[in-house]
Amino acid sequence: MFFYLIRRLIYAIPIALAVGFVCFMLVQIAPGDPINAIVPPDAPQEVVEQVRRDYGLDKPLPIQFGIWLMKVLQGDLGRSLATGRTVWSDLHSAIGNTLMLAFSASLLGFIMGCILGGLAGTFRGSILDRLAVTIAVAGVSVPHYWLGMVLVIIFSVQYNVLPAMGAGPGGSADWVWNWEHIRHLVLPSITLAVIPMGIVTRTVRGIVAEIMNQEFVVALRGKGLTGWGVFLHVVKNAAPNVLAVLGLQLGYLMGGSILVETVFSWPGTGLLLNSAIFQRDLPVLQGTILVLSLFFVALNLLVDLVQTALDPRIKRG
Amino acid sequence: MIATTAAEAELAVQARQVAQASDGYWKGVFRRVGRDPVTIGCALVLLVMLLAIIFAPLIAPYDPYQGSMIRRLRPIGTPGHLLGTDELGRDILTRLLYGGRLSWFMGVVPVATAFVIGTFLGVLAGFAGGRINMLIMRVTDVFYAFPSVLLAVAISGALGAGIMNAILALTMVFIPPIIRVAESVTQGVRNLDFVDAARASGAGAFTVVRVHVLGNVLGPIFIYATSLISVCMILASGLSFLGLGTRPPEAEWGLMLNTLRTAIYVQPWVAVLPGACIFVTSICFNLVSDGLRQAMDVKG
Repeated sequence: MFFYLIRRLIYAIPIALAVGFVCFMLVQIAPGDPINAIVPPDAPQEVVEQVRRDYGLDKPLPIQFGIWLMKVLQGDLGRSLATGRTVWSDLHSAIGNTLMLAFSASLLGFIMGCILGGLAGTFRGSILDRLAVTIAVAGVSVPHYWLGMVLVIIFSVQYNVLPAMGAGPGGSADWVWNWEHIRHLVLPSITLAVIPMGIVTRTVRGIVAEIMNQEFVVALRGKGLTGWGVFLHVVKNAAPNVLAVLGLQLGYLMGGSILVETVFSWPGTGLLLNSAIFQRDLPVLQGTILVLSLFFVALNLLVDLVQTALDPRIKRG
Repeated sequence: MIATTAAEAELAVQARQVAQASDGYWKGVFRRVGRDPVTIGCALVLLVMLLAIIFAPLIAPYDPYQGSMIRRLRPIGTPGHLLGTDELGRDILTRLLYGGRLSWFMGVVPVATAFVIGTFLGVLAGFAGGRINMLIMRVTDVFYAFPSVLLAVAISGALGAGIMNAILALTMVFIPPIIRVAESVTQGVRNLDFVDAARASGAGAFTVVRVHVLGNVLGPIFIYATSLISVCMILASGLSFLGLGTRPPEAEWGLMLNTLRTAIYVQPWVAVLPGACIFVTSICFNLVSDGLRQAMDVKG
């Protein structure tokens, strides 16, 4: 286990470097001179040349990557073209909000998915099963940005019970855990939760059905165990795989919340990305994507390690 | 006595299975699909939709770009405008018909391209093994380190708005998962006896792949690719919704959803129509893909 941990950690390093390289290349594949991603277009020629030398943009690509990497490792993601602030200062308040949204959405999706999937897997072939499967397919097929609009129309426009946009009176800076703020989180979370709900339902249904068919369940029943007793055994067997799916979903939602954040003007990384795209603010685009994908890499690693630790059936030497 | 009858019964079942198998694989698949009303229903919905968007110029009552300032945001059921009008007074039904063309195009083309490229690379990696496998699969791992939506947004965000850029970005998103599936099924087939037999009888690598491997791996990869069409459509419309992908005044469901978003206080049910089209198409593709998977008995 210890050696596996070390090996897995070491393997994450080249992946993280490669992710950094892809993010570095994003600015290179963008049409136009990459220098335009650093200086405003109306800068005088001497300044452009000066910046080009300062940033090492006159050097070959591998060296440029090295320079960029050094800066990133020191926490310097560059400056926004639009606001002039450092990318990191915009990012860190946005990341907190995105985490909050992604976390509540995956929790909601996880609970719903476990209930639906568990019922469907236990009562396979019943009407309940069909219903759960239908909800799961709808959950993975629905364009969630559209679902967000529909929810806004129902709950904000027609009945006016929940706010349509924003993060509450305190905004992103002064978030407080009271109803005034939490009510802003309700619709975006439900919207974002449909995807993990669908996927968790499918996974749990499959795993539960598989476990229920195993001999030890028959043995438990034969021993006289009923209801809760059997249920606890099934949960114990299903937990590692289901938790792994949940962890990955949290990561996907961190990256995938861009559309939902746009619909609800939720001040997270998605909204930041959206305005960066709109203003062609490449440093912000690059920095946000780098941080989100590194987060995803770290989460993958964590899921893998937790799964190995939880599940004695997985032998990794 | 009982044992004999049980054995006989089993033999009879086996014989029937052999007889059915000799009917041909595809006949069996079609028969199983035919017994599945959900798959048939969804396939019919998709077919009707496909015909409607192909013949959009013949069916559509108006010009998709021709607006009218005095007839803006009419409700559903307005005489002359069955599904109402949008924020520029253009007929919604017409724009949905024309919009389907781009939405379908952007949902299918990236997956089809990724299917060709991903299958090639995946089969190559799975069959060649060794260093080639190592190289292809490690590069694939890197793309797996990005959440798919983020990767699509990143690439098309860097390249800038435009249909071709969006298609390129989506193709890049779907190549890695197809490579993974292709590689794993190819590895499964490569070690089977008939491949060894073909090799032993002197067939070259190319012949073995063409005759023995492709026939066995294309089915599962194809099924997997069809399940991606739904995701691709949602992502493609999502990109247009963000202002990447198609640009106004083009008719495309995601873009229509974006421009109609401002109208949710005036005509909420007109504004959600394009999204409903995406939803119906995507759920039908998903269910057809599930049905095919079951009928072709592909696991995973």
